Amino acid sequence: MTLKLGVPSKGRLMQKTFDWFANRGVTLRKSGHDREYAGAVDGIDGVELVLLSAGEIPRELNAGRIQLGVTGSDLVREKLSNWDRRVVEVSKMGFGGADLIIAVPNAWVDVETLDDLDAVAAAFRANHGFRLRIATKYHRLVRDFLRENGVADYQLVDSQGATEGTIRNETAEAVADITSTGETLRANGLKILGDGMIHSSQATLFRGRRGGWTQEQRNTFKSLVAILDQA
Amino acid sequence: MTGDQSRAVWDRARAFQTTIADQGAMVTDADYLLQADTLLDLYGEDIRARAFTTQDPLRGEQMLRPDFTVPVVQAHMAHGAEPARYTYMGKVFRKQEEDESRPTEYVQVGYEVFDGTDPAAADADVFATILGLLSDVDVTAVTGDIGILRAAVMGLKTTERRRAALLRHLWRPRRFKSLLDRFSGVTDVPPSRTALLAQDDPMAGVGDVLGLRSRAEIAARIDVLREDAAAEPLSMAERELVDALLAVRETSPNALTALRDISVDLGSISEAVDGFSARLDALSARGVNVDTLAFEAAYGRMSMEYYDGFVFGFEAPAQFNLPPVATGGRYDALTTVLGNGVGVPAVGGVIRPAAVVALEGER
Repeated sequence: MTLKLGVPSKGRLMQKTFDWFANRGVTLRKSGHDREYAGAVDGIDGVELVLLSAGEIPRELNAGRIQLGVTGSDLVREKLSNWDRRVVEVSKMGFGGADLIIAVPNAWVDVETLDDLDAVAAAFRANHGFRLRIATKYHRLVRDFLRENGVADYQLVDSQGATEGTIRNETAEAVADITSTGETLRANGLKILGDGMIHSSQATLFRGRRGGWTQEQRNTFKSLVAILDQA
Repeated sequence: MTGDQSRAVWDRARAFQTTIADQGAMVTDADYLLQADTLLDLYGEDIRARAFTTQDPLRGEQMLRPDFTVPVVQAHMAHGAEPARYTYMGKVFRKQEEDESRPTEYVQVGYEVFDGTDPAAADADVFATILGLLSDVDVTAVTGDIGILRAAVMGLKTTERRRAALLRHLWRPRRFKSLLDRFSGVTDVPPSRTALLAQDDPMAGVGDVLGLRSRAEIAARIDVLREDAAAEPLSMAERELVDALLAVRETSPNALTALRDISVDLGSISEAVDGFSARLDALSARGVNVDTLAFEAAYGRMSMEYYDGFVFGFEAPAQFNLPPVATGGRYDALTTVLGNGVGVPAVGGVIRPAAVVALEGER
């Protein structure tokens, strides 16, 4: 049985992942046509490249359909409950960095901390008759973070894209989103809460649980780790 | 669960319910699917981590009932008349995000009393009934009273807003403590806030307002912040009394003595402590041995968010890693929320027959 390695199927994340492995002596490439999602691996035997959407890699790792996967640490935490019992971080890869943060309109000069957000949520609910809306696609991470910090009277509204625009459209009052430079937030008149850092994410190589692995897969994993560690 | 185990659990549940019904409780039921909005408004977003959510094309978001209390209270507030006693039996459904060994569906048998004539007697009725059902089971009862903490907060010599903020976070011990720390000057005001209030016109930086929260709301909050900045800190003496109160963890008679001592300096809790005393008398009258009954002032603050008075739990021996075998308490405020402002004094409790059967299996 080969060891299946899931890698994001497009864009910068794929290219950076290819570069990261290449720097360590393992060549990953798309086989054949550029639009084809089949891959090949040189530099080690027994590893098969599977190209997938980064968002599906946590689920595939958890299901055991792939044994290794490269994806954002935010996605693993968001998509898997008890993620650290289901997958193991093999290596942080040092790229794809982005922070999951909470942001509010610049005009909210009275809000800089979670404490402020909580107080404003209570007042907002009293004034408007519904809970203050926070737009996000990271429901689990945001909910756990706000519970941990004792913020109440909010609701999460789902936003799968253009999240920064939801406030202008009056479908949310605040956002919890990924940002690397903060530029999109600033362009949309938003500011980040000082203590609102939920997770600092980066591309990470994960492995799934080894329970169902064959001896061959275990051996291949060992050799792969040895090669990666040399670099 | 095997067929035999399931039968044993349902047999036990029916036996429990029959006993409760024979005492005069009306058998009632609830829908499996509840309107998600109601639960979300009540518990906040956290309920999504605990309740299974599904979608109905016409009714919108629905949740599989995570407990019976909410629908039973709703039905009572809509159609019932006091005094009323209800019993129900059926499955509840809970997501288990932390501990995969815990079941996602389990049977509950419940007893709810809506009767304001004698709260102490009603509390004792629910507790003694469940104690009676568990008389042969290896469990330890723990009691508490959120009403005493609530009374303590309401009596603090500080601004109305600060008291309201503390009451709002009664069930979130961490946030409660950090608010107390700030109100008593243990932690500093965030520098961002000091800087904002130091400006001649804090509203000057507002610029274009984006979204639904208006300029007037921002200005109102700044007024609130000004009022808060001008308020005297909560005295350390009062702060220590609250800490002393929360630390009370004794047999009931000793707890009563300790709370009486605290009430000498914190007069606002006197009435609630009298209520505790009356409840002990009512429990004795029902044959409960209160001399050994455990009382913890902080009990139920973590997990029992809608209880606002008497709370109790029956815990299995720790080595079996079982959830509480029975839990309950008083939830007067919940009835006000679900009754559109009209409240009814209410107290109730639930038993998990599966935990009883599991414990008996261990013997």
